[in-house]
Amino acid sequence: MFIKRKDILLAAAVLAVALLCYVGFRLSAGADPDRAVLTITVDGEEYGTYSLAEDQQIEINGTNTCEISDGEVRMVQADCPDQLCMHQKAISGSGGTIVCLPNRVVLSVASDSEPEVDSITG
Amino acid sequence: MKRKTAYLGMMAAAAILLGYIESLLPLYIGVPGVKLGISNLATVFVLYYYGTKEAALVSAVRILVVGFLFGNLFSILFSLAGAALSLLVMAGVKRIRGFSVFGVSMAGGIAHNVGQLIVASFVVENFYILYYLPVLLISGMICGFLIGIASGAVIRRVSPESLKNM
Repeated sequence: MFIKRKDILLAAAVLAVALLCYVGFRLSAGADPDRAVLTITVDGEEYGTYSLAEDQQIEINGTNTCEISDGEVRMVQADCPDQLCMHQKAISGSGGTIVCLPNRVVLSVASDSEPEVDSITG
Repeated sequence: MKRKTAYLGMMAAAAILLGYIESLLPLYIGVPGVKLGISNLATVFVLYYYGTKEAALVSAVRILVVGFLFGNLFSILFSLAGAALSLLVMAGVKRIRGFSVFGVSMAGGIAHNVGQLIVASFVVENFYILYYLPVLLISGMICGFLIGIASGAVIRRVSPESLKNM
């Protein structure tokens, strides 16, 4: 009935995996906020990309509305019954995801990997 | 046999009630999918008292009833995925010597969250949501552990003999 050694080993292993994933995601998503880009996907298809530098409200298919302000993205309106996405933490340049499962809307922030174009000739 | 049917019906009723209580306790910590999973208490109990098949039956009845009462087809799909993986893992871990009910329940909580996350990433066709994995791993472990304490206490009082293989 008492906690056994294998229970603790299991807990330690899971903690290690969680930590590793966390560090991995942080390293891969850690980006400078000025270049962070919000990508909106609906049903697995890209709906649009938006810069976090510009404050705006984006309406997504009439089902959801998200808001960019001060370099942070949050969901401000959703027509689904559970409203879980609106309770999710705001995401910013350090990466992250907000999901509205019923409407299959995914907001994710990542750094723009393409270097910005300085000039175009020709 | 009749006795067993009655007991399983009672456990399913208890699981449904726990599911209702769960639906009254909103637990928002900024990540979707984090919940206590208190109806898993009944599943863990039946798993120890009867076995895997009976636990699967109770789980399935609970999910369908709770899903139709308080959720929708969507939430049923999610619950089924989580519960199926959770039960499979719990039954597997229980067979391995050296795990107590805490370990079994923890593994179940973790597997439940992993199962739901996998379904979610297929539903939205976007694997970015695996970003939630670390939080869901740890929350599944903590909640599973708490459920393990509760189930262990229930099993010890109701049926000390099924603790032998704990």
